[in-house]
Amino acid sequence: MRVRRLGAIAAAIVATTTLVTACGGGDNAAGGDGGGKVQLALVAYSTPQAAFEDVIKAFQQTPEGKNITFTQSYGASGDQSRAVANGLKADIVEFSLETDITRLVKAGIVAEDWNSGPTKGILTDSVVVIGTRKGNPKGLKTWDDLVKPGVEVLTPNPFTSGAARWNLLAGYGAKSNKGADQAAGLAYLDALLKNVPVQDDSGRKALQTFAGGKGDALLTYENEAIFAQQNGQELDYTIPDATLLIENPVAVTKTSAHPKEAQAFLKFLYTTEAQTIFAKNGYRPVIDGVTGFNWVTPPQLFTIQDLGGWDKITSEFFDSKTGKVAEIERKLGVATEK
Amino acid sequence: MAKHALRLVAVAYVLFLLVLPVILIVWRTFGDGLGPFVEALTSPSALHAFKVTVTVAGWAVVANTVFGVLTAILLVRHRFPGKRLLGAFIDLPMAVSPVVVGLALILVYGRFAPFGGLLESWGIQVIFSTPGMVLATVFVALPLVVRAIVPVLEELGDEQEQAAHTLGASRLQAFIRITLPGIRWALGYGIVLCLARSLGEYGAVAVVSGRLVDQTQTLTLFVEERFQNFDQPAAFAAATALALIAVVTLLLTKLLRPKDRIDGN
Amino acid sequence: MTAITVRPARRLAGGTAAGLGVAVLYLSLIVLIPLAAVVWRSADQGPGYFWRSVTTPDAWAALTLTIGASALVALINLVMGTAIAWVLVRDRFPGRRVLDTIIDLPFALPTIVAGLVLLALYGPQSPLGINLAYSRAGVVLALMFVTLPFVVRTVQPVLLELDTEMEQAAASLGAGPFQTFRRVILPNLIPAMLSGTALAFTRAISEFGSTVLISGNLPFKTQVAAVNIFSQIEGDNTTGAAAISTVLLVVALVALISLDVLQRWGSRRG
Repeated sequence: MRVRRLGAIAAAIVATTTLVTACGGGDNAAGGDGGGKVQLALVAYSTPQAAFEDVIKAFQQTPEGKNITFTQSYGASGDQSRAVANGLKADIVEFSLETDITRLVKAGIVAEDWNSGPTKGILTDSVVVIGTRKGNPKGLKTWDDLVKPGVEVLTPNPFTSGAARWNLLAGYGAKSNKGADQAAGLAYLDALLKNVPVQDDSGRKALQTFAGGKGDALLTYENEAIFAQQNGQELDYTIPDATLLIENPVAVTKTSAHPKEAQAFLKFLYTTEAQTIFAKNGYRPVIDGVTGFNWVTPPQLFTIQDLGGWDKITSEFFDSKTGKVAEIERKLGVATEK
Repeated sequence: MAKHALRLVAVAYVLFLLVLPVILIVWRTFGDGLGPFVEALTSPSALHAFKVTVTVAGWAVVANTVFGVLTAILLVRHRFPGKRLLGAFIDLPMAVSPVVVGLALILVYGRFAPFGGLLESWGIQVIFSTPGMVLATVFVALPLVVRAIVPVLEELGDEQEQAAHTLGASRLQAFIRITLPGIRWALGYGIVLCLARSLGEYGAVAVVSGRLVDQTQTLTLFVEERFQNFDQPAAFAAATALALIAVVTLLLTKLLRPKDRIDGN
Repeated sequence: MTAITVRPARRLAGGTAAGLGVAVLYLSLIVLIPLAAVVWRSADQGPGYFWRSVTTPDAWAALTLTIGASALVALINLVMGTAIAWVLVRDRFPGRRVLDTIIDLPFALPTIVAGLVLLALYGPQSPLGINLAYSRAGVVLALMFVTLPFVVRTVQPVLLELDTEMEQAAASLGAGPFQTFRRVILPNLIPAMLSGTALAFTRAISEFGSTVLISGNLPFKTQVAAVNIFSQIEGDNTTGAAAISTVLLVVALVALISLDVLQRWGSRRG
């Protein structure tokens, strides 16, 4: 009696499991089990997941992409870059910051001429914006608003997150007259970070925290704010008059087992079709010819080059021991040892 | 009077801590009917996650069952120095945080680590790939089969095996025909526990997986990733599926548990 | 849940060494060597670095939160677990068997699902209007969930085996129910209660999955040690991660050794 009942339950479980597995195996022909298909590994930072999922599907409709399957990994930009340096297989990498690619150049994983193309290796653009609750009840629109007493601003930890560096440098650049007055800029960062109650690991996590009810304002990429709105989150955003142009780099790896296919995918990323998909997901395209969107250009937009370039900024500001931002963070007791 | 108060407190505690949260999720999942649930669970990513989960758990259960039976027999029927130490080591995984499990495996089997480097040169990638996830799952579920079998083996005693030997049976024959049937309920119990633990592992696989969507993403990792991407329906659907598996596990263990009475009379 | 107790048995020639070798190899490759590697790595850059890694503001905050919350939860379980075990054994009411089965749910449910269900009922979209997300209360709640069965399951068998003769004798001598409980029953339960509490504590300090969603993992505020370790691993600070892991392992070891001592004390009492 007991045995029969037990046997029935066991049979049911086994049946369900086999059924599901069989369906899983059969249904998804794109399931990475080789068999003549080329598989490319994409490793990227946290925010472009939705965009890439669509871009990959579009690529697989083209003749070059027909027999190519993908594995995808998304996470905080710095963490992902370190993972690749530590052995995470990647054929194409896309990160939030150039320095996360430079790390891989130094590790011999990406070629030195990765940024010699017409777009200098940049795949998408965006701008740093100030995200607020729907209706902006506290009226936070400018950089000065963010350092008012009692205002809670969310921005991630600049030692793990690429987004955080863009955010902080945007504020710095706006308040230091594009880098001319360093003291004023650093004073601003000091005041701003005091208003940050918590620094999450990645841009996406900071968005999650904001969506969960914490904070009055969220410094983020314009495309993240748009993504949140598209997913039903109650969020508004303001583009400050002076803000930083975010440029996200992409590269293929030297260690790729399928360099030809990886290059084909890279080329596809710069087509109107792909760039339109990125635009639909909130990114600003880097090529001409993407129509149907209305991008507002902030009057005082500046770039990382205006501030001296990533190499200079990374060593001066973000060196974990001597960097100026590291100093500010340490005073606040935030971890800089990453 | 006190009796009723105590009963109320106990039931309310379990209700608000365990029961209501699970019911709420199931409620929310099926809020729009069975359709969205099935749809969410049959998306390519979800099916992949099922497949990865079942594969990883399957290997882990097989490995730990073989190890479990072997070691239980060793501990109960054989004599050797250091038996208590072996027992303590077997229990060790219970005290280790899943994240530490992941770290430990990376330090030994990661690309730049001694074993890991060797295996890579042979073309086997452990960390950021399925073997690493199997190792992590084996680690966390290691003691379960052993612990389930040992008490029963002890109680059974080995007279029957001894009798079989005098009648000319080989060790293997005695094992298959006498020992195994003797422990079958306990073995089943241990296997179910091990399977449930393996299906549900999160922390250790989160560390060693590399977050490869569709590749090394188990169902538990799928729940978290979908949730972080604001895809509540998919996250809830997968969570409900896992909760249902948990409930089935509970029922199975209730049936199989060697001694299970709450009456005591 | 008892640790493995073994009795000496007669020797079986030949197979012992081989079987032992295989078992030890399996254990070593999967458990022992990796754990040793963690401790080894934590000492990689000297004791000074170890101490500094453990005392960085966020690591220290995570450790103190973890140990503090786990101790609190262990105490809660001590009381509630015993109460629930009592109700399961000594009381009779419809649904008692169902309750008994449900208690084991935290053992069977994946930790991330536990976190999700708690977030649903006690987070921003709570129908009860309580929002414990991003708070330490959320962490405590998650830990309470995962440790629920421990004390219940260690106390229950003891209660079952308890001979009611002494209680009846005490009652016939005029003792009230509370007196009887305190003086006759409780002393017999204490070893089981304490060992369940130690197990609950050890489980709680290791917890990761269930805290990930409801606590929001705000560093310094609601980040538990396991999450901090995860963050360090992701940030490539493996030595620091190993250091904090070693602290957790040592704390767990101390708790478990105490458990062993308690069990032997308990069995000596008969």
